[in-house]
Amino acid sequence: MNRLVVVGNGMAGVACVEQILKHAPKFEITIFGDETHVNYNRILLSSVLAGEKAADDIVLNSLEWYEQNQIQLRLGVRITDIDAAAKTVTGDDGTVTLFDKLLLATGSVPLIPPIDGAKKDGVYVFRNLDDTRALLERAGKGAKAVVIGGGLLGLEAARGLQVQGCGVTVVHLMETLMERQLDSTGGGYLKSKMECLGVKVLLERSTTAILGNEKVEGVAFKDGNTVEADFVVIAAGIRPNVELGRKAGLQVNRGIVVNDFMETSHPDIFAVGECVEHKGICYGLVAPLLEQGKILAATITGNKGPRYEGTVPAAKLKIMGVDVFSAGDFSEKAPGTDVVRSEDAALGIYKKLTLRDGKLSGAILVGDTSDSHRYMDWLRTAADLTSQRRQLLFPGPSEDAGFDVAEMPDTKVVCGCIGVTKGAIIEAIHKKGVNTLSQLKECTRASTGCGSCTEHCQQLLKAVVPEFQEESQKVLCKCLSYSEEKLRDIVRGQRIFSVQEVLDIYGNGLGCEICKPALSYMMDVVWCGDHDEDRSARFINDRVHANIQKDGTFSVVPRMRGGVTSAKELRRIADVADKYNVPMVKVTGSQRIDLLGVKKSDLPQIWADLGMPSGQAYTKGVRMVKTCVGTDFCRFGVQDSTKAGIELERRLEHLYTPAKVKMGAVGCPRNCAEATVKDIGLVGQEGTWQVVVGGAAGKKVRKADLLITVESAEEALQAATLFFQYYRENADFLERTYDFIERVGIEKVRRETVYAPLAVQQGLRERLRKSKRLARDAWLEGDEPRHPTQFVQIEPIEKVYQ
Amino acid sequence: MNYNNSHSKKWVRVTQVENIPLREGRSVQIAGHDIAIFNLGDRFLAVENKCAHRGGPLSDGIVSGKTVVCPLHAWNVDLETGQVTNRPEETPCVKTFPVAVRDGVVMLELSVSDNDHVALQASCRDQTGPQSLSAISARD
Repeated sequence: MNRLVVVGNGMAGVACVEQILKHAPKFEITIFGDETHVNYNRILLSSVLAGEKAADDIVLNSLEWYEQNQIQLRLGVRITDIDAAAKTVTGDDGTVTLFDKLLLATGSVPLIPPIDGAKKDGVYVFRNLDDTRALLERAGKGAKAVVIGGGLLGLEAARGLQVQGCGVTVVHLMETLMERQLDSTGGGYLKSKMECLGVKVLLERSTTAILGNEKVEGVAFKDGNTVEADFVVIAAGIRPNVELGRKAGLQVNRGIVVNDFMETSHPDIFAVGECVEHKGICYGLVAPLLEQGKILAATITGNKGPRYEGTVPAAKLKIMGVDVFSAGDFSEKAPGTDVVRSEDAALGIYKKLTLRDGKLSGAILVGDTSDSHRYMDWLRTAADLTSQRRQLLFPGPSEDAGFDVAEMPDTKVVCGCIGVTKGAIIEAIHKKGVNTLSQLKECTRASTGCGSCTEHCQQLLKAVVPEFQEESQKVLCKCLSYSEEKLRDIVRGQRIFSVQEVLDIYGNGLGCEICKPALSYMMDVVWCGDHDEDRSARFINDRVHANIQKDGTFSVVPRMRGGVTSAKELRRIADVADKYNVPMVKVTGSQRIDLLGVKKSDLPQIWADLGMPSGQAYTKGVRMVKTCVGTDFCRFGVQDSTKAGIELERRLEHLYTPAKVKMGAVGCPRNCAEATVKDIGLVGQEGTWQVVVGGAAGKKVRKADLLITVESAEEALQAATLFFQYYRENADFLERTYDFIERVGIEKVRRETVYAPLAVQQGLRERLRKSKRLARDAWLEGDEPRHPTQFVQIEPIEKVYQ
Repeated sequence: MNYNNSHSKKWVRVTQVENIPLREGRSVQIAGHDIAIFNLGDRFLAVENKCAHRGGPLSDGIVSGKTVVCPLHAWNVDLETGQVTNRPEETPCVKTFPVAVRDGVVMLELSVSDNDHVALQASCRDQTGPQSLSAISARD
């Protein structure tokens, strides 16, 4: 059997081996990798740095894969020499390995510009998993980072570090960011997007030195200026790693020169990936490497024939919320080039297409890359666009879906990175029994590159696999095209603390009455109250802590825990009603007293006169715990529901929730305070308490589900508060507990609250404790308004009369 | 000078800009109008503080771009034109008022009686004339 030695355990080498395995005859394969990891998706390192993915999530080939395919994997061994005549490779561990065929997939190495002090401690590159881990270790809240290089990699590194809490400055030599992929206008849009995220951008700065003695203190520029830095990341580009090619005596220019069959100048040595140069071009993107791998696999296995004819360069920036796509040649200078352009500065959207001979030659998309597949397709197939000239940027309604999976031809490429067609996906579904996205990934590798085709893959699965279950993708509103669950991840992962920041980066920058209050709540729950509250994003009720009425007046409901009051309190309430001419005083269904028809400007004084905390009757928050008389007076009571109800209210009051939370506590199964139709109910029985959740007695009536039965009142309170926090963290805004429970299922709720592992319960409790610590009685704002005109009308400077 | 009950348009100083927080509205009673003034960040806009639907207080609404959403029934009112934008079948419209900012003070152009005009002129002699004011943007 022929011995195939592969030098390089990265994406290009291993993808090529995967292709080789599809052909006969079989080789005895050895792969050398100088990293100590199995093959992983290098493109997603920026997601690891940004905390969106763990190192394990980006593994492409597990150890089992190598074993199953009988590949000898030699990790942590660097090949230092090749003897092309003797057909041997020598490793830095001293081993010499014979080969019949040799495949070089040595990739590239970071380009280090001539900068003084570039070898200092605290200067990093961002190329592999070890670099990423080192950066994650170094990055920390408040650390100052300078990233040298404003290309794809530099920007992704900058954002990742910033998410980790660093203050980041990107220093770029050229006039615009990503100048190889964007024109200057596109670069300008990208710059403002990056700045919007909080990343500083310095253009046209030539870095001459890294400052500092023992450790990095800053960087110096040619113009004499300096910037402070605790550490520096150099991401100034890559160069093909060709050293071994030279040692083997191969023809080497910038990269190892290969022909259309991916053959080098030596008949038994082949090369693939970033280390090669084909027709004068070295590729640094994933799609070409995979195409090359397919050609090479044919050549090396004796099926020589297919030719590599170059790849249309295409790039996508992988920063959540900063959509950038570029493909082909976007220059406008070549004679006969037509340019089609659209700009919306307010929305940060810029699109440019270049056309030659009626065909697309290049595309730039910033701020909205939803059409990138269509343009990539036009480029790949060199489609004649003459008949579509009027709809290039804005397709007609029939095409607006962009990607109708049913109408799409089987030859159409769905996954651009890996080159998987619709036909290949359908075949995998039908012949290999694929019916989930992860099976599809494993089988076809589709969507394992940059991941931007995931949605299309899911659409195909949905269309073809009858039992395919799509994750619910309910978009919050027209301003943001994400589900609330996804947004919570974004807010947490990207460390966003204000509503406007979410809207600016991930939405249309405007927001509306649907998303603004939802995002306000999201900030509150994700950061446990430790966020930048934006009153303008909240409904008027939450700006002035009272319930607006049809005539613009407000209603005031003080908190009476458990519905228990006193003669003193009632007198104060009566006095307030008199003093402020309150038009209506009403007992509510929640065992509270409502003062209706109050003027906004009277609110602070009324609260002061009442001397009672806010009852939160105006907000999505903890409304009340309704109780029955319990054991103190009732002849039938078997548990002290009044005391338990007051305690439950005390533990949760002043907190906000996805929708209002009404609770009840009853001392016997007669259920006088209707606990079984409340969001959370405590039902006392002889010797036990039942904790029930998800009840409703509104538009619909629903009997609450049993969460757990416990012995003591304290255990009941613990279970109720666990559920309360779980609901706060997982329900969508305005979703009542009864809808939440029907969506999630009571079994899952039990599993993840009262029957969850101790650490999970502790996490819920700790976050609730933090929220509670920061929550305060909203009515205290009467004495200390958030804003001088919060409750009062503007008094005009000049009096004028009509 | 005419001392009869005739009216003319005049710029009136209303309030310091900081009295209206970013992306919020505030109401003011002036010259017989209840007016809602909004701070949109790059400019201020003013409309009658009365929704075209059921008269809700627009100054208490959530701002969405250059639109305010009435707190009572979520009708959207365009603050530039006064048009209701989310009910295409409805044509009513809210009155708008020209706004300018000068020396950190929000000003409204209102129709006032000439009696008052005299008093105004006396107290604001050093102000720039109305014509040039209308050209001043919200943040100068």
